[in-house]
Amino acid sequence: MRLYADNARCSGCSACLAACSYHLFGQITTKRAALRVIPHFPVPGGYTVQVCTQCGECAAGCPTDAIVQNDLGAYHVVPELCTLCMACVDACPEGVVFFREDVPHTWECDLCGECIQVCGMDVLRLAE
Amino acid sequence: MSGYVGKLLRVDLTTGRMTTEPIPAAVIRDYLGGRGLGAFLLFTEVPAGADPLGPENKVFFSTGPLSGTLFPGACKMDVAAKSPLNSGYGSSSIGGKLAAELKFAGFDAIVVEGMSREPVYLLVQDDHVELRDAGHLWGRGAMTTEQMLKEELGEEMQIATIGPAGENLVRYACIHHDVGRQAGRCGIGAVMGSKRLKAIAVYGTGSVSVADPAAFLEVSRQAFQAVKSAETHEQWVREGTTKTTEWVNGTGTLPTYNFQAGAFEQAPSLYADVARSYVVSDKGCYCCPSPCGKYTYAPRYDLHIEGPDYETVGMLGPNVGLDDWQALVKANWLCDELGLDTISAGATISWAMECQAKGLLDASLTDGLDLSWGSAEAIWTLLERIGHRDGWLGNLLAEGSKRAAEELGQGSIAWAIQHKGMEQSAYETHSATAMLLSYMTCDIGGHHGRAWAIWNDISMGRDKVSPEKVDKVIELQHIRPLFDCLGCCRFLWVELRLSFDQYVAALQAVTGVKRSYEDLMHISERAWNLTRLYWMREIPEFGAAFDAPPPRFVSEPATYGPTAGVFTPRASMEIMLADYYQKRGWDANGLPTHQTLDRLGLLELSPWR
Repeated sequence: MRLYADNARCSGCSACLAACSYHLFGQITTKRAALRVIPHFPVPGGYTVQVCTQCGECAAGCPTDAIVQNDLGAYHVVPELCTLCMACVDACPEGVVFFREDVPHTWECDLCGECIQVCGMDVLRLAE
Repeated sequence: MSGYVGKLLRVDLTTGRMTTEPIPAAVIRDYLGGRGLGAFLLFTEVPAGADPLGPENKVFFSTGPLSGTLFPGACKMDVAAKSPLNSGYGSSSIGGKLAAELKFAGFDAIVVEGMSREPVYLLVQDDHVELRDAGHLWGRGAMTTEQMLKEELGEEMQIATIGPAGENLVRYACIHHDVGRQAGRCGIGAVMGSKRLKAIAVYGTGSVSVADPAAFLEVSRQAFQAVKSAETHEQWVREGTTKTTEWVNGTGTLPTYNFQAGAFEQAPSLYADVARSYVVSDKGCYCCPSPCGKYTYAPRYDLHIEGPDYETVGMLGPNVGLDDWQALVKANWLCDELGLDTISAGATISWAMECQAKGLLDASLTDGLDLSWGSAEAIWTLLERIGHRDGWLGNLLAEGSKRAAEELGQGSIAWAIQHKGMEQSAYETHSATAMLLSYMTCDIGGHHGRAWAIWNDISMGRDKVSPEKVDKVIELQHIRPLFDCLGCCRFLWVELRLSFDQYVAALQAVTGVKRSYEDLMHISERAWNLTRLYWMREIPEFGAAFDAPPPRFVSEPATYGPTAGVFTPRASMEIMLADYYQKRGWDANGLPTHQTLDRLGLLELSPWR
């Protein structure tokens, strides 16, 4: 199972980012999400939503085996094992393994589906 | 208190000094935030009689307790200042992502005061705040400036900026943000311009605190679900505010030819289906599950804009006789880039067009420009001249319709369709007594935002003079501005029927403080009366005369459409206004009584009474 995004429907409201950040870190912000919304303004307009495809490249590249699959099959980072070596960040073809200076580990989508709940435009869905 | 950061950023442009201050808990308790906070700060900080375009005026950017939270439509910020358009209370709401970003950066509000010698912009990156040279941005369009700053500082930076109109102190210059969101009304862009503050750029990595996360998550989920499953969701998302155009044309409330008529023969060429055919992408403000923003491309002119929204459609479409969607997009683009409020700009141009039609503006005064109704060329050229204060006519119209009419004279004030010096927005009120009362009593001037009572006119009997209508106007004037206190967009309540109970529950979960609907309405009434006190303080002769309707609606019949031949008897509005004053606890001259001020805890702020 993975997350899919229909770019053409996205209105760029960032609710998915806030819901994701709240789920992963308990913080309402747009800066700690595990997906990305890229605006294309002023020309041509519209948005691209980058989501994890669960390809597993991040886990394959992790030298400390810190990336494992959860019950839903999502590759996710075990914080205690992460050394912030950035191998997963470099390995991710979608650019959706995240890091910040003030977070001691990288993170990615755990397929919780909170982003889908708050999207009013049905951009996001979970499917095989 | 959770939901709030508890801090404001004060920026003194004269000295370059920047300080962080706590916001007193009592102010939060009594005024909630957003519009309430802005009104309180304006009242208590800007000295009586301050020149709106002088160093004593200030600009207050205020978020609310729900701004930036994970609640549907929690995107709003109130921008307040003494209005350069009418020297009274100025306040304008702005969506997009600025409010949330400011909270993430660790501030509830920014207060800008003083006056810089050189053009500057303010950079807020969490606790790093800095005034930077804006020499390279001065003179540039608002959308261009936003783009330049994003290229300089990063795409995630949230920018609020003025265009040339603000720099040139056009009295209805707006503040632009997020490609197509504006704090449009009251000319606060000119206040920024007078201070030589070109822009504000905000980026924050913090978060908004919530007192009861479990309760908040539950109410938030319910609210998102309610909006998404609302019966009106599909149409609203497809059409946005342009869904209004057909309805107002059908009911004879679409301002046409400077409010001479309530319907426009060619209106169907501006209906929602036409608008939608040019839409590139839907565009939502922060956390909005029902985006009204429509990003549009007009191939004939190779122009992109967000919009046109209904207000712009009305004011720069039928009200100036324009019936071509792409030409309207270009007019909207010019307003956005120049940094002009589309409502006041449209109404001021329609006033000028009527002046020409009545023989008051000949070619020598217009530099040969033909101001015939519906001329796209005339509209575009006037917008450029206004934004740059180019020539006699550009300068005249940059002052707004009331001042322009006073300057031109010859009775032209009779067709300056304004209230308290601010142009009436896009609802035609020859036969809509509740909406007309709403405009007459609105605390910033001719704006629909406080009480959109036109619906009640149609449903209750449009020419009816009834106590129920007065009750409704007052109720709306308390509910709708509450959203501006909370920091939320009211459209989700108005259009998607999100229950107000959800806001009450969300506010409690976020702040940890239990407040009932009645408590919140009381706060809103306090803010309403405080803004009334502000008018009284700034304009010594302020009173009922300032609430009089534009003469057109009470003396000249509408010329076309469902209301053709109809106008509202002046006595009808006198009866409603007297009832309104009485119900508000104001005296016959429209001034709050001692008892009312006491009930609202405002006596302290009204020492002259």
